[in-house]
Amino acid sequence: MSLNLNASGDTAVVVEFGNEVSADLSNLALSADLVLGQKKISGVVETVPTFRSLMVHYDPLITSAAELITTIEPILKNLKAFNPQTRKWTMPVCYEDEHAPDLKDVAKTTGLSVDQVIELHSKQTYRVYMMGFLPGFTYLGDLAAELHLPRKSHPITRVPKGTISIATTLTSIYPFESPGGWHLIGITPVILFDIKKNPPALLRPGDQIKFEPVSKSKLTDIYQQIAAGEFLLEPEIIQP
Amino acid sequence: MSPALKTLVPGIHTSVQDFGRAGYRHLGVPTSGALDRTELRLANLIVQNPAETAGLEILVFGPTFEVLADSVRVAVSGRGNSIEILTPSKSIIPAWQSVTLQRNHTFRVNLSPNVMCCYLAIEGGLDIAPVMGSLSTYSRAAFGGLQGRALLKGDEVPLTLRCASDKEETYLPRPPGNEAEIPIRITWGQQADYFTKASLEGFVAGEYSILPASDRMGYRLSGFNLEHKHGFNIVSDGTALGAIQVPGDGFPIILLADCQTTGGYPKIATVISSDLGSLARRGPGSKIRFKIVSIKEAEAIARQKEEALRMLENTLLPVGQNADLDLDALYDSNLISGIYDANNLT
Repeated sequence: MSLNLNASGDTAVVVEFGNEVSADLSNLALSADLVLGQKKISGVVETVPTFRSLMVHYDPLITSAAELITTIEPILKNLKAFNPQTRKWTMPVCYEDEHAPDLKDVAKTTGLSVDQVIELHSKQTYRVYMMGFLPGFTYLGDLAAELHLPRKSHPITRVPKGTISIATTLTSIYPFESPGGWHLIGITPVILFDIKKNPPALLRPGDQIKFEPVSKSKLTDIYQQIAAGEFLLEPEIIQP
Repeated sequence: MSPALKTLVPGIHTSVQDFGRAGYRHLGVPTSGALDRTELRLANLIVQNPAETAGLEILVFGPTFEVLADSVRVAVSGRGNSIEILTPSKSIIPAWQSVTLQRNHTFRVNLSPNVMCCYLAIEGGLDIAPVMGSLSTYSRAAFGGLQGRALLKGDEVPLTLRCASDKEETYLPRPPGNEAEIPIRITWGQQADYFTKASLEGFVAGEYSILPASDRMGYRLSGFNLEHKHGFNIVSDGTALGAIQVPGDGFPIILLADCQTTGGYPKIATVISSDLGSLARRGPGSKIRFKIVSIKEAEAIARQKEEALRMLENTLLPVGQNADLDLDALYDSNLISGIYDANNLT
């Protein structure tokens, strides 16, 4: 394991484990996050795990980058990465018609049929590597190699809430309507971010996600259940 | 009727902000909060609020309000800015001084030319429920503040107090100065080694302009074009406030309060926390230069600035009372330079 600790300005220290998207690096970043969180280090404001690193935000009036690095390095030096994934979600996704505006193009570019794209996308179990871009926006991987595509050259201005998208080696769900440059291949009715809930995000880094194809009529049913407060999505708890 | 300020003219971008929300960045939630916490804190001081009380952040062009409360005490921050009372009779209250307005009075916040950002503090604060521990508006996801957006005409900003307290009006006799010419201090960034040597030199030697396409997420700069050594995509990592990222076009973007929590462009440098407010006050069209400091120096500047602010907080005086000689002596001992002087430590 490589371990690099560097200050990033006078309010953050970056703990880097490597420079790629992989389950091993993600396990290290998420394990480090849990281990440091338990230590309750003075001056640490919050921590943000990413694909390959952990950002430790600190208050320069309470501690310093040098002091934090001295404290953190020995804790993480012999870190035994564990698999922090404990929750597995199965999420309904409608891959049909207007909910999948880029699906045909994706099939054409990859040389697959539409059904094959859906099958490849929905048979995989994904890991939430990290969150960013928007509140509750998850970076999920790894996408089947056959579906790897570059981002669109021209982002569109209005991606509907709940849209399932793919780009590079990743897939994601837009928690809000937003601009976006990924390929849009489906929609989930599940609410991913709700400020009235604590925590407000349904998902968190380290979760597992599997998508379950549903028809348009089933999608309508679920929207109605959600509106009536009768739809409850519970994760399967995985024993480590 | 609940006490409120009724928005007659909203201004360009007036939003509710406090010191921001902490603890949710791992879920993709930015801190938001005041671009310039120092000015919000000092404006709050003058109306005798706790430092982090939510106020109104005003960008570029000031709003006009009608008082829908028995009375309300307010103060505006920033040298050259003012509160202009429009009715019942015209008068101008300079920045850094409190004033109490009565029901149905109308007033406008005037920003000095070239000031991008200032704060209106309101005694007692705003009667708005916090979201994730903060009243700060985050308009991209439409939460916080007033319906998750900047003020619109007709909006009533709910106030906590029905009438102003009977405390004396106060002012800051020697408010922080105008530091528009001072370089913005930076430390080298996480990916400074992604840039050519000529780019790193040009970045520090050059002058940049803040572009009009700037907002609370980031200030976009034009000036010396930066060249990446090995492409402009990195595997995304965390972003700190003030991080300066450089996308493929080679022009830097300084990430501010509403910035995304992770980013996939190389970060050449980071603006030190003490200079974020000074940067935010300089609007589109302003020219800026950078000056490199070490992390240790940046941290020392942060501590020194805090100490200077605490001293400044002790200088508050009732309106009408002049600063005495002791205060002058205090200022001669570099009180202000502790807050804004770029050369004091480095």
